[in-house]
Amino acid sequence: MSAGVAPWLLAAPVALPLGAGLLMTLLTRGRSLLTLIAGTGVLIAVLLLLDVPAGTRLELAVGGWPAPLGIRWHLDLLATVFLISTAVIALAVALFAALHLSRSEPAIARHFWAPLLFVWAALNALFLSADVFNLYVTLELLTLAAVMLVTLENNQPALDGAMRYLLVALAGSTLYLLGVALFYHATGTLDLMLAAGAVPPAALALMTIGLMAKGALFPLHAWLPPAHAAAPAPGSALLSALVVKASFYILLRLWLESAPNHDAGRILLGLCGTGAVIWGSLLALTQARLKLVVAYSTVAQLGYLLLVFPLAQGAWTGPAFAGGVWLAVSHGLAKAAMFLSAGLVMYTLGHDRIAELRGLAQHAPLTLFTFGIAGVTLMGLPPSGGFVAKWLLLTAAFGSGQWPWALVLLGGGLLAAVYTFRIIGAGFSDGIIERKPPRGPQWIALVLAGLALLAGVAAELPLLQLQEAAP
Amino acid sequence: MSLEALLPLAILASSLVPGLLIVFLDDRHRRTRTWLNMIGATLKVLLVVGALVGVYHGIEYQAVIPMIPDYPLLLRLDPLALLFVSLSAALWLLTTVYAIAYLEGSPHRSRFFGFFSVCVSATVGIAMAGNLITLFFFYELLSLSTYPLVIHRETRKSLHAGRIYLAYVLSGSAVLLGAIVWLHSLAGPFEFAVSGGALDHVDPRHRPALLVIFLLMVGGFGVKAALVPMHHWLPIAMVAPAPVSALLHAVAVVKAGAFGIARTIYDVFGSELSHSLGGTWMLAIVAGVTIIYGSLRALQQDDLKRRLAYSTVSQLSYIILGLSLPGPLATIGALVHLVHQGIMKITLFFVAGNLAETLHLHKVSELDGVGWRMPWTMSAFTVAAFGMMSVPPLAGFISEWFLGLGALNAGAPWALGVLLVSSLLNAAYFLPVIYRAWFRSRGKPWHENLPRHRWETHTWLLIPPVITALLVIVLGLFANGLWSPLTWVRIIAEQEYPT
Repeated sequence: MSAGVAPWLLAAPVALPLGAGLLMTLLTRGRSLLTLIAGTGVLIAVLLLLDVPAGTRLELAVGGWPAPLGIRWHLDLLATVFLISTAVIALAVALFAALHLSRSEPAIARHFWAPLLFVWAALNALFLSADVFNLYVTLELLTLAAVMLVTLENNQPALDGAMRYLLVALAGSTLYLLGVALFYHATGTLDLMLAAGAVPPAALALMTIGLMAKGALFPLHAWLPPAHAAAPAPGSALLSALVVKASFYILLRLWLESAPNHDAGRILLGLCGTGAVIWGSLLALTQARLKLVVAYSTVAQLGYLLLVFPLAQGAWTGPAFAGGVWLAVSHGLAKAAMFLSAGLVMYTLGHDRIAELRGLAQHAPLTLFTFGIAGVTLMGLPPSGGFVAKWLLLTAAFGSGQWPWALVLLGGGLLAAVYTFRIIGAGFSDGIIERKPPRGPQWIALVLAGLALLAGVAAELPLLQLQEAAP
Repeated sequence: MSLEALLPLAILASSLVPGLLIVFLDDRHRRTRTWLNMIGATLKVLLVVGALVGVYHGIEYQAVIPMIPDYPLLLRLDPLALLFVSLSAALWLLTTVYAIAYLEGSPHRSRFFGFFSVCVSATVGIAMAGNLITLFFFYELLSLSTYPLVIHRETRKSLHAGRIYLAYVLSGSAVLLGAIVWLHSLAGPFEFAVSGGALDHVDPRHRPALLVIFLLMVGGFGVKAALVPMHHWLPIAMVAPAPVSALLHAVAVVKAGAFGIARTIYDVFGSELSHSLGGTWMLAIVAGVTIIYGSLRALQQDDLKRRLAYSTVSQLSYIILGLSLPGPLATIGALVHLVHQGIMKITLFFVAGNLAETLHLHKVSELDGVGWRMPWTMSAFTVAAFGMMSVPPLAGFISEWFLGLGALNAGAPWALGVLLVSSLLNAAYFLPVIYRAWFRSRGKPWHENLPRHRWETHTWLLIPPVITALLVIVLGLFANGLWSPLTWVRIIAEQEYPT
């Protein structure tokens, strides 16, 4: 690819969904078509990015403002991996919504496309941002679009959930912004790389707490389950699979690239992760509704990601980093599949009460099967991407002599098995269901779950590159 | 890709591809499903025969699929792998025939046959695994793909059995995974050793850690091998349909555990290190306890399948006991029993299925005079049961002979004592069945479940147990033949203990 085109290719993953999202306000029909076209464009663009050398930068002085107020983007492997996985998941969710949501709930579907595209654009911009202020702007855009997704159902639980989410996220933003100010004050730069090693602990702490609030990381997770469970299924899929990963992504850059020497803080993050795995899984076990189980499982799974921080040390940074990123990607695929399946269950049964899932194995076997193989990824069992990721994290845990984290990884997998099989078991009882889930959407969910499963087998090349690219 | 790499993949694919196709097939397509099943099963047997010939002539078949950096999926056909692959392939073919007849007309057959084939693929994957991560990979695939078969009937009881099964098996594999990664953190990436252990390069100061890892691995595999006190799931899992009990819970799943222990002792630690660490003696004692305990529990069961299940618990530990004693004779006894026990036990389960399916008989106390109503079936049962009691010249005698010699050779006469006591107990729980079947008569008419056939039951239900019963005789009589399991096992033992 010629050097002149490459930087502009960086703009496509943001400009396409943003432009399409703005167009939505003008359109009265063909919204889903426009979304799919723009989405396909994004997918092609991010795949082309594989050819663009890492380290390519794009600087736009928007409105004559130079950086930091202008836009400065930076492409590296971490960004590429997240851009591609996001594109796959978001496009699949859009297709699902186009086929299913437009038919089953047309009133909601009409308002679904713009927030979907804004979430997508914000995420892509976030992945490409190289400085903490740009990251702040993208985070805000992301939060607002995500809150819109929660409100779509327009009923009391949805509005309550959305309001809580908004308040927590705004508080998080304030803390984060405060941290950014301290960051800038101490280092004289907003660039993550340039500030490496000089970030003051107070800035790090404030930004981290802000991000944890926005990313529903234990103990600041309580807003997530009601909000994610209240959205329509494709919305929940986007929220749980993609939106919450934004915080993890920034934390990765912040702790591994900019502030690599804070062992105590890393252990604290690991402990929060442990709390998330245990508490999230236990709550997932006790929920009576399918969507809430899936939502609490997100809380638990995000906990594993935090284990990357204590594990990424010395020679083990590579495996821990690669494992963490791969876990985030696999979880995204699997979680999207799970929420889409939960949506299909809602559609077929008219409810998602676990005690009354009878007959699913007979009348919606594909959906239950999808749920099961997505569960395999959450349990971290082979052949899934979750297994490969867990293997790498376990290697780092034993290799660096920190075996207690290994217990968390192994025990958490068992808890995930318990809550997954509780649902599968419930579906395996005799019962008659009148309505069948539609074929196409079922296959979309299955393909996502299948990709999560395959992410364990064909992963050597990306994992090698990730290990090498580890900070 | 070379032919040497293709063969292991083809052996795997011959059941995996039909399995995945069948899972997504509508239940109505009976003919397509049957064809896919039979072609896959036949093809696998042919491929395995080809592999046997090739390996006998020294060709090395190996396929590498990249997975995690430094830790690829490695499929390799060594003699030990082929022992287990041939057993699985041959019995899969027979069980498929049996299952097609057994499940005729029942619901969810696509799900059943699909997952059944996936289970078999996982089993041959375990057999062909050339390193620990591959072994674990397929081991877990087996755990998961068995679950839908255990809960196949969708009753409250079978769902309960499924939960218990998963609780045991998944806890075991969490322990196993931890131990495997820990081992790799000490030893780096390694493959199974062809001869001796793969851990010679590990610093001797890690010996205490190695012992702990050894015990964790053996414990993890021991869950599937139903070692006491981790055996509880096996009798409960017997609610599954007869073909599942026959192939999976008598052969594939439980043998996967025993096979994992064999790989751990011989090809990971190597027999020398295993014995010098001291872990094998602990294992031998647990196996001895399991042998006696399983037999005693079998005595108490009136339900035929449960009696057979406890018998499996006991018999599996014959293998484990042989594996944990030093010396080539014990190895020969253990590995040949892996095959012989599989063939005998599958016969017994086929028969139990036939009795239930044809005459609705589930309990030992109901079997009075059934030998005269179903002579072929009960003859097969009788042969296999005598084999279990180690009566010469049947297959069971051959394995017990070597196990006994191995025990004496290893300086563990107590192990011989355990085997002899267990044989007596085997007689105590099998002879009453045989006695009732042949020497007592039934006063009332039979509860005929199936329409009366030309034979005593559906032809395809009858042929598999008759064939396996004949095998029990043939493998005993011609134990020293060129193509017998015993000869093959001797090759393996020579590799392990080069003279």
